[in-house]
Amino acid sequence: MANTVNQRVVTPEHLLFEAPRTKAFITGSEAASEAVRRANVDIAIAYPITPQSETMERIGNLFAEGYIRDYYRAEDEVGAFSAISGASRTGVRCMTASSGPGLMRGLETIASWPGHRLPLVFLIMCRVINAPLSIQPDNLELDYMLTSGNILLHGENQQDFFDYTLAGFAISEKCEVTLPVAVAVDGFFVTHARAWVEMPSAELKLPPRDCYSEAVPMIDNENPPVRIARDAPIQKSNFISYQMHAAWQQEIHAAHERSRKWVSRYINGLVEVVNPEAETLIVASGSAVSQSREALRQAEEMGKKVGLIKVKSLRPFPTAELRAACRHAKRIIVPEFNCPGWLNREVRATLYGHSEAKIADGPRVYGGITMPTELILEWLFKSE
Amino acid sequence: MALRTLQVSPGFMRFMPKEYQDLVEKGPFGRKLKLSDLGTYKELLEEHPMCEGCAMAFFIRLALTALPAPEHTVILGTAGCGRLSLSQAAIPFVYGNYCDTNGVATGIKRGLALRFPDQPKDVVVMAGDGGLADIGFSQVLHGWFRQEKFTTVMLDNEVYGNTGGQESGMTKRGEVVKMAPVGKKFDKIDMIGLAKTAGVAYIARLTPTNPSRIVSTIRKAVLIAREVGPTYVQAYTSCNIEYAIPPQQVMEDARRVEKERYGFLEVMSEEAKAFLGGGEV
Repeated sequence: MANTVNQRVVTPEHLLFEAPRTKAFITGSEAASEAVRRANVDIAIAYPITPQSETMERIGNLFAEGYIRDYYRAEDEVGAFSAISGASRTGVRCMTASSGPGLMRGLETIASWPGHRLPLVFLIMCRVINAPLSIQPDNLELDYMLTSGNILLHGENQQDFFDYTLAGFAISEKCEVTLPVAVAVDGFFVTHARAWVEMPSAELKLPPRDCYSEAVPMIDNENPPVRIARDAPIQKSNFISYQMHAAWQQEIHAAHERSRKWVSRYINGLVEVVNPEAETLIVASGSAVSQSREALRQAEEMGKKVGLIKVKSLRPFPTAELRAACRHAKRIIVPEFNCPGWLNREVRATLYGHSEAKIADGPRVYGGITMPTELILEWLFKSE
Repeated sequence: MALRTLQVSPGFMRFMPKEYQDLVEKGPFGRKLKLSDLGTYKELLEEHPMCEGCAMAFFIRLALTALPAPEHTVILGTAGCGRLSLSQAAIPFVYGNYCDTNGVATGIKRGLALRFPDQPKDVVVMAGDGGLADIGFSQVLHGWFRQEKFTTVMLDNEVYGNTGGQESGMTKRGEVVKMAPVGKKFDKIDMIGLAKTAGVAYIARLTPTNPSRIVSTIRKAVLIAREVGPTYVQAYTSCNIEYAIPPQQVMEDARRVEKERYGFLEVMSEEAKAFLGGGEV
């Protein structure tokens, strides 16, 4: 545990924004594990699945080096997700990670974390959901995460994976939040490719989890009130049980609303807007943002002005930000790496009655297909 | 420490319900109580909505009596009849998802071990045959193979009682119950044998016929889990509703079943034997 002892505790603000950073040319898997190295994690629980495995292997190495206090390989995703839900209840900082089919396997557990009010960080390296069998990038699983009650951030690149992971712990453990934070990136494009990532010194780490400052008592028999689940009314079918469950669900929604200021603070706003005055806009999240940036550059070469809205946080969704940014838009396209177009659906629902813009139903690629900038340009200027 | 969490500011104590006052003043916390002390102190379980004559309710009452340190114990349960009473006992109770008791228990045990290295915290899973031998099977077995230091108690009523009487893996071969319309086609799952294979430190099988045996078995299981490794207690706790046993004949049934196929069995690892030999229990 020597390395843990040698790290200096600093505030999340210092670690994320103030500490001097140096550049490293690393993969997304390395970026995520470097974030965990600085996150003062107590327990990490792993289960292999491509393209996630390398991250949790590296985090295993962090345990061997003394940066994490406990680590093991679980029997499957349900076992891993259940165990971190137990660990989180006791007040320790914990995390796990998964991809496509693994996430789907553990979905009941994932969707129960918010109801149990469990702060933890869940990394998602997006991958196709079987069948047919594929390990390729495709972020369909995030559609299932949208209604799971988890806070959900979608990183564009390796740098985001590093920053959002660290931010995730800080957001998750805020008293008025007390919710799990899922940090997603698109598999392979981010996890297995190298890019420059700026990181603060590994001598620094986040403060430990302050579990007695959260919204619910710990299961540790040490903090009053004793968390005794005298919940017989909830188990029955009567008006008290309906009211209690409804109130609890509303409280999770309210916690999402309260999380906005913290998400915004720790990842620098729920959205990033490029060329806000443009009438033709791209709205995107994840790797589609990187492709859109390049398409935007190419459009400028062609003498056309295009704007870009990068959606960083899917839950909470940047409703007000998106409405404000799209007020003058005439045409919007939503490039995505999934078949049903969940971001497109979100954008339409958010802008309904708030924008005159025509919203194109695409472009979308899936099953592992890449998104050439030509495709984005074609959709941008289709109507012309 | 834990006992303090029960205390109420002195000025407010007289406004608390009598049951709560009794729990603080006459509860089992921090005391060394024996089975013969029953009736002289406030028990952890006051009321429950379980059926008249339920053997499981009786077993749970005695099992709670046996906990060596209730003020430092967490109980986990899942869907099924047992949780109806466990959730109303004066002890932290975790009801997670279907199948997850032993995974959650792993996380709780490890988390508490990190936070309180000098204070033993006992973790006890108390769930039904369906919860442990069917849907939770994988997590039960893997927790054993990983040698997680907590106790698993199976409340074996040989049926899904709470959902209305469906076949479970622990139902006897040939029984006609719901979802087994022509009788169960295979034997009870040999969880005892599996526990042996997985290297469980202390394994016991019993029926509710002998109260002092229930108390000593649970106490041994919890203490050995604290010091040595995983422990498993499998208790026959008949469902008198689904198996149509008149309430006044529940104990008679238990005695018959014990004699025919559910005799008391205790299997201990050498390490567990050495620990018990040290006079710790």
